[in-house]
Amino acid sequence: MNKIATIQLQHLNIGYRGKTHHKVVAENICASIYSNELTCLLGTNGVGKSTLLRTLSAFQPRLQGDILLMDKNLNQYKEKELSTVISVVLTEKCDIRNMTVRELVGMGRSPYTGFWGNLSNKDREIVEKAIESVNIRPLASRMLHTLSDGERQKAMIAKALAQETPVIYLDEPTAFLDFPSKVEIMQLLHHLTRETDKTIFLSTHDLELALQIADKIWLMDKTNGITSGTPEDLALDGHLSNFFARKGITFDMESGLFRITNNYRRQIRLTGHGYRYAMIRKALQRNEIFAARNIEADIHIETNNPEQEGFILHFPDRPSLKADSIEHLLQFLSE
Amino acid sequence: MANTGKNTLFIVLLLAVIVLLLFLNMVLGSVHIPMGSVWNILTGQGEEPGAWQNIIWKSRFPQALTALVAGAGLSISGLQMQTVFRNPLAGPSVLGISSGASLGVAFVVLFSGSIGGVALSHLGFIGEVALSIAAIIGSLSVMALIVFASRKVKGNVTLLIIGVMIGYLANAIIGILKFFSVEEDIKTYVIWGLGSFARVSGNQMMLFVTIMVILIPLSFLLVKTLNLLMLGDGYARNLGLNIKRARILVIACSGVLTAIVTAYCGPIIFLGLAVPHLCRAIFQTSDHRLLMPAALIMGAALALACNLIARMPGFEGALPVNSVTALIGAPVVASVLFRKRKSELNE
Repeated sequence: MNKIATIQLQHLNIGYRGKTHHKVVAENICASIYSNELTCLLGTNGVGKSTLLRTLSAFQPRLQGDILLMDKNLNQYKEKELSTVISVVLTEKCDIRNMTVRELVGMGRSPYTGFWGNLSNKDREIVEKAIESVNIRPLASRMLHTLSDGERQKAMIAKALAQETPVIYLDEPTAFLDFPSKVEIMQLLHHLTRETDKTIFLSTHDLELALQIADKIWLMDKTNGITSGTPEDLALDGHLSNFFARKGITFDMESGLFRITNNYRRQIRLTGHGYRYAMIRKALQRNEIFAARNIEADIHIETNNPEQEGFILHFPDRPSLKADSIEHLLQFLSE
Repeated sequence: MANTGKNTLFIVLLLAVIVLLLFLNMVLGSVHIPMGSVWNILTGQGEEPGAWQNIIWKSRFPQALTALVAGAGLSISGLQMQTVFRNPLAGPSVLGISSGASLGVAFVVLFSGSIGGVALSHLGFIGEVALSIAAIIGSLSVMALIVFASRKVKGNVTLLIIGVMIGYLANAIIGILKFFSVEEDIKTYVIWGLGSFARVSGNQMMLFVTIMVILIPLSFLLVKTLNLLMLGDGYARNLGLNIKRARILVIACSGVLTAIVTAYCGPIIFLGLAVPHLCRAIFQTSDHRLLMPAALIMGAALALACNLIARMPGFEGALPVNSVTALIGAPVVASVLFRKRKSELNE
């Protein structure tokens, strides 16, 4: 599969037009979004992610520079034409009553239907296919207002698919969802970029997920504008760690993910292996205790004693204790 | 639409109800005319007394037809307003369009007395025409204001608030006019404000019905636009809809319907707000391809029923329609909505 730069931003300024002066949100953005890739836009609240998405969707005019959409300037598209090239999934929660999922997905066919909006047999097939590809067939006849947030989000994605556009923009599609739904939506979108020739661009606050699933990351901030690349490249050249450099957050190079910074107050020798070892290490980290095999410390915890179940704590001056659970163990340590 | 069969049945049933109500509207009234005679008069057979012929053709028939058309028009107008503003409390009167009509009427009624020295109530037919024209001018000028505003403001809520404000403004001016008017004129104005399907007579009725028969089908041309607007501005726009134009078209269409009905029948409340809710609850859909015809016939049926009750033997001289629409309609709508909530919970 060859990747094509579907959308090219050239020295783009985005913001709002005022009577006397423009309010510039971000300046001189130069970047491209490629087909067959899932691109995630990351940035703090208020940095202009939504403004960028709105500008790219032609909902609001750009201030300066050019947006090339499939090698044609965005302003040269007519409304009708654009509706067959870009589809969107927005943050605004639409609380439509008495509309079934199938009807909503059918609305995605509007750019192609006639005066009354009646669906042809071909339209119906496309709608069913879209419903199928986001795995909501059992929900197809349900009313939208009876769905959970995650289910509704999938219905909206199905609507975007039914629109059959090469480009899909999603504004925070994983907000308000529980963790499994977040993962499901992201994987679904990633899967779509591989199965179809679609270009998918979304904004999100789910850093961990984006770093694991996205093909490209766009980092947006006030000072540097937009920095883009694969998550791994951004990790290696230090952009990621700089971007989220804040007290309490550490970029873990080994996993390529962020984790909470721990300040250690004491050290404990920990022996054992496998999950039991890892979990105790994690629990101790949270309690500001650094634990490892090669540490010289008074207290020693054995996680995998061949003779005894549970976790054994060895003290220098007291008899050893046995804990049945990690909770139990932490209690001993705090005494 | 899974239950197309059920919906068709409902529509056929409603149409039958309309026919029945139309006939009842002919039969019932303060003067007792036997059913057989009514049938003979309507079909042009037999020799019935001239007074009865007059009552049927000059009073009951125009009144029923007016009610039917006005009910249909207001319901469609209300449905459009609720959709374009995505607000369940919107109705035909929400943008101050009927207040505009009232203002026009107030100007004519209250000024003609104090300036011309003739109370309009003595002018008869000319007075009637003057009232209709004043109402249309009043409501259409408010609508022009709203359309102008809708090009300037972005949000729906802002526009809605502007509409409500215009309504208050109109009512304030009416209040001032009333203050400086003679009692007789104020009474004429108040009676106009109570709404009535009986005011339209003869030629005027034909004109009213003709205008509405042209306008109502025109409003059906907006179904796809309405369906898209329901999704919210962002999605509608992304699906290729020109939001500003769509909004103006829908508001203009709904506004003209309200303006015409108000001009001929006075401000009829409640129907335009309640009928769309009733339709959505009964037909379980938000698709305007079904909702528009549903609102049309439901509105017609409800208006006929209200007209019938307003004229029941015993209420000599007819109750104000507005009292009946609200008194009968409110409990009906509330019960339908309650039942719907229950069935939703049982799902």
